[in-house]
Amino acid sequence: MTSPEAALVDMTGVDKRFGSTLALSGVDLSISAGQCLGLVGRNGAGKSTIVSILSGLEAPDAGTVRFAGGPAPRVGDVSRWREWIATVFQHSMVVPDLSVAENVFLGGADRFLHWRDMRARTREVMRDWGYDIKAETRCRELTVEQLQIVEIARALARGARCVVLDEPTAALEREAVRRLFTRVRQLTSSGVAVLYISHHLEEVFEICDDVCVLRDGKRVLTAPVADLSKDNLIVAMVGAVPAAAGAASAACKATESSVRATEEPVLVVENLTASSTAGKLAGVSLRVGPGEVVGVTGLLSAGVATLGRAIAGAEGHDGGQVRVRGQIIPAGQRAAAQRAGIGYIPEDRRADGFVAHLGVAENATMTITGRLADRLGLLRPRSRAAAAAPVTAALSLVSAGPGQPVRELSGGNQQKVTVARTLVHDPGLIVAITPTRGVDVASKALLLESLASAARRDGAGVLLCTDELSDLVICDRVIVLVRGEVFTEFTEPAFDRDQLIVATEGITVDGTAEEAAQ
Amino acid sequence: MISNQAPDGSATTASTPGTGAAMLPRGTLLAGRLRTTNIGVLREVALLPVLVLLIVVGAVVSPVFLTVTNIAGIGQQISALGVVVVGESLILLIGGMDLSLESTFGLAPMIAAWLILPVSAFGSGAQISPYLGLLVLLAVGAAVGLVNGVLIVKGRLNGFIVTLGMTIVLAGLQNGIVKAQTLFNLPKAFGYLGSAYFGQVPVSLVVTAIIFVLVGLFLRYHRTGRAIYAVGGNAAAARAAGIKVERVKIGVYIAGSMLAAVGGLMEAGRVSAVTGQQGYGEGIIFSVFAAAVIGGVSLKGGRGNMVGAASGVILLGVVQNILDLANVSSYWIEAIDGAVILFALFLARIVGGESSAEEK
Repeated sequence: MTSPEAALVDMTGVDKRFGSTLALSGVDLSISAGQCLGLVGRNGAGKSTIVSILSGLEAPDAGTVRFAGGPAPRVGDVSRWREWIATVFQHSMVVPDLSVAENVFLGGADRFLHWRDMRARTREVMRDWGYDIKAETRCRELTVEQLQIVEIARALARGARCVVLDEPTAALEREAVRRLFTRVRQLTSSGVAVLYISHHLEEVFEICDDVCVLRDGKRVLTAPVADLSKDNLIVAMVGAVPAAAGAASAACKATESSVRATEEPVLVVENLTASSTAGKLAGVSLRVGPGEVVGVTGLLSAGVATLGRAIAGAEGHDGGQVRVRGQIIPAGQRAAAQRAGIGYIPEDRRADGFVAHLGVAENATMTITGRLADRLGLLRPRSRAAAAAPVTAALSLVSAGPGQPVRELSGGNQQKVTVARTLVHDPGLIVAITPTRGVDVASKALLLESLASAARRDGAGVLLCTDELSDLVICDRVIVLVRGEVFTEFTEPAFDRDQLIVATEGITVDGTAEEAAQ
Repeated sequence: MISNQAPDGSATTASTPGTGAAMLPRGTLLAGRLRTTNIGVLREVALLPVLVLLIVVGAVVSPVFLTVTNIAGIGQQISALGVVVVGESLILLIGGMDLSLESTFGLAPMIAAWLILPVSAFGSGAQISPYLGLLVLLAVGAAVGLVNGVLIVKGRLNGFIVTLGMTIVLAGLQNGIVKAQTLFNLPKAFGYLGSAYFGQVPVSLVVTAIIFVLVGLFLRYHRTGRAIYAVGGNAAAARAAGIKVERVKIGVYIAGSMLAAVGGLMEAGRVSAVTGQQGYGEGIIFSVFAAAVIGGVSLKGGRGNMVGAASGVILLGVVQNILDLANVSSYWIEAIDGAVILFALFLARIVGGESSAEEK
């Protein structure tokens, strides 16, 4: 499809094996100058492995990587590799205590640092590309978006002709995503090749010229996006039409959102205030009834995650009250909140979701060791595995066995471990914060369905705090936060995406901007 | 235009939605299980080849080496160290560190003996019963651990600095209360643990072995033991799962210091005295860390077990014994000892893979 003689990056017949799993098999991928190629696939399809190989961090077992027709540098010779291709990883690789200039030239080929020169060259890159970040600023003071720019600038300063963006929008707000797209277009129009990896198919359609789909380590499709529909793409990724997504929403609508107001609510939050760097709360009140799924959404700084954490006891609050089934939950005591029946699916699974080197079953049952242990407090690995099995099976969690360390699982399966850990203790209330972030389409439907069924079947209350509007399909009600206050509430599913977006911006339906009072 | 090279359906069942772990072929599960088990076992016996090699070296160096008396002697010598290593390993497992165990090792038996002995023997004159003295010993250990734990966990102070400061304070107390005298004439009940024998087997060795086994089983099968691994592996995740992280940590600091006190009791019994040098003066903390780390207990927390820690202790004891038997000049013994420890660390790293060095 693209002229073969000019491919800037050319991967042919690449195989990569990790232990007994074949992560990649015979994958061909080529990117030409000025092209933006999307790379999509489910969790575990091999995207991360391709990133590792293209970044020169791992050597392929078979096959070759060539840059502009010549052989790639030795694997591990990171500095020379970066002259061709640079990766902006999903998790920031910027050293927070160094200045922007130092980070831009971190690990560069120069033996001695020429401070003035370094700052001048950083300023030059920033100016040439129209980025507005000072070379002297300490990176700790930058926003997520700015950190990403520093990483892009790092690639450009080294003269890399290809930039790999791995899930670049995962932590960005809508406006920032728009600005990122402008920057990507700017890159491609000046001849830089971009490999764009994302779970968000609409982004791929918006920004990419071509898309390459991986499934089970094989390339199943490469085509210009103009020739594809979203359904084509999903079918290629999943291998079948994902019925689960439809089923989840159907199940949601089938169960009547009955007059739950009369029942005693599971969760009562009254006038909750909290000051958190991630977004403060300025007096939030809400109720969640048994069997009810309530969504909370808003911009990143609106306090959505803070609200979830405060209710789950993972973070303290300054004022107001959280009650579960009439019992007051002490501020910031996660263990007490759990005893009161609050299950918690934390936002950042790598940081809070599991213990990486412990097994799947042990992680999945971490919340119920008290129940599994005998009188002496002893736990049998077998009873742990038995307790974990039904939940992990219901979530279609794929692992080599209950003892496999969670570290070895793909991102989506790791998230399932975190969800399993919560569901396994039959919580009366589940607080889930962005539970589908970084999870592929099919797993996403499954996770949402499991939350919905915890509500419909087991009568738990679910508070779904998310900035992912498509997750809200399982909700009975959606509360929109703006600057730490309840801005509005949508009570009638299905929720209109555009109306939700407008509401999160703090704009009332008739179009007039309304300043939420402080 | 669309090149949809669909792979054959059979190969992809494992990751198609709707099927999952339950649908995995039995063979895969079994293979995975075998694989994990094998790696675990390999790591636990990582030091075995080194130990075998050392025993061969010992047998060559001296005909005395393989005699029952000598082996019992090694056992008695390493028992005290072993108990402290158990304590330090627990603290390392929760991701902490405690340098002050070496001072507790000296101070706890010193306070107990001081309260037991009459003024004529440089005691306090309180002349409490030796059995009460044993309780005092444990209480001193618990108190030191509590102070350390509270300062580190609740006060959020750096564990290295807190316990370094504590080390010096406690060692000062140890000398201060007896004005740098040595306490002899310990009552029999007090010295029993460190000096008595069951036939040819030292009591201290039996007790230490029991402690290793019990703590090992506790770590493997008790919910609090598993919580220790969870807290050390990822404290935030453990907290989110409802584990009382602070309580577990403080509890482990207390248990670690109490074990150090018991180790100190063994040492006092073995040498029939409590000196101002015991513990801090001898600098045992290096051996304690070396044994734990050689045995694969991670300095970053969350990884390690008692089988490894025990083999680390045995290795140090055997090396020390061989150096003694080989009549290595006492001027050189420390240099050689240190070099052997470094070599053992290196070897453990090779055999045990990532056991002593961590990936991020």
